[in-house]
Amino acid sequence: MFDWLQNFADWLIYSFFGIPATTHLGEALNFFVLDTIKIAILLFLITILMGIVNSYFPVERIRNYLSRNKMYGLEYLFASSFGVITPFCSCSSVPLFIGFVKGGIPLGITFTYLITAPLVNEVAIAIFAASFGFKVTAIYVGTGIVLGIAGGFTLGKFKLEKHLTPWVQNIIAHAETEAELKEEKQTLSQRFPVIVKEAFNIVKGVSLYIIIGIGIGAGMHGFLPTGFFEHYINKGQWYAVPLAVLIGVPMYSNAAGVIPIIQVLVAKGVPLGTAIAFMMGVIGLSLPEAMLLKKVMNLKLIAIYFGTIAFFMILSGYLFNIIL
Amino acid sequence: MKEIKVLGPGCPKCKTTYNNVMEALKQTGIEANVEKIEDIMEMMKYDVLTTPVLMIDGVAKIKGRIADVNEIKTLLTQ
Repeated sequence: MFDWLQNFADWLIYSFFGIPATTHLGEALNFFVLDTIKIAILLFLITILMGIVNSYFPVERIRNYLSRNKMYGLEYLFASSFGVITPFCSCSSVPLFIGFVKGGIPLGITFTYLITAPLVNEVAIAIFAASFGFKVTAIYVGTGIVLGIAGGFTLGKFKLEKHLTPWVQNIIAHAETEAELKEEKQTLSQRFPVIVKEAFNIVKGVSLYIIIGIGIGAGMHGFLPTGFFEHYINKGQWYAVPLAVLIGVPMYSNAAGVIPIIQVLVAKGVPLGTAIAFMMGVIGLSLPEAMLLKKVMNLKLIAIYFGTIAFFMILSGYLFNIIL
Repeated sequence: MKEIKVLGPGCPKCKTTYNNVMEALKQTGIEANVEKIEDIMEMMKYDVLTTPVLMIDGVAKIKGRIADVNEIKTLLTQ
């Protein structure tokens, strides 16, 4: 699919600029050009696709659907899948949380949505596809959905309502099923220009992170020998996966900056499962999000929430290492 | 006079929306009461799920994304 792009990168660096493919610099620059263009194209396309899907399933409609329907456990799967298709910004996590519990949606299902939404987003999918191909991306998305279900279900079983801040408990006590949504109808052709503009904005917004990420990745790609990390990190070390998650959680970056670096780490010998576990820690959980959640839950609940998700991330890291 | 509200917990997107509102008002010369709602409890009264939200005369016009200057100008002159 991207052969033409590889040819272009080869031509640009090796022929046009005349930097030989055998040099470190040539290799690094080739990687940089190839990856930047590939990610930009995929990010743009996937954002538009998500924008179209999302315009049919806005988060308000999803909330009302979950609020009105009891589906004997299937609602976890729905909440998690909805988390994939809706755009997410960590500054929306608190209004979302309140909006969900206010509609009488159980805490566990709300958590499921809150886990999957940041973990599997359009930026992560696009960059994952560009860096690792579609098979690994599909596995990642699938794992994200299962992780959301498992995490939310577990948290739902813990009876955590008492750890919510009093005003949130008050809201839950007065929760009511949401009425049918009143919205203005717009055709897709009316919405499409806005969707394309949003896609541009998203690409523009993360471009700096992508360029920095690919820059670091390109440097390592060109200058570190293959298998460089194998010596230090390999599948045999049982503590590598938990350590990767623990290091990842306090780090705050978006998928855009982190995945191109991970790609090179994997190429240079870090096991894929360990790398993905690290990445999930970085993009799925963050300290700024914890700070925001303090408005709705006490520290103990935040710790339980983060701990449970981190546990499942570690589990998926091990699984990846076994099956990939 | 128009009542404009920008709802959002102070994230960069919300600030951009607020600044765009001010710019749109300046360019069109329309007078309006602009209110920035950053308190989460206050915000929940309007039942928002995604931020920022731009409200004009009590109606949520744009949700979950930055409203740009031209867009706001169109909404204001409707």
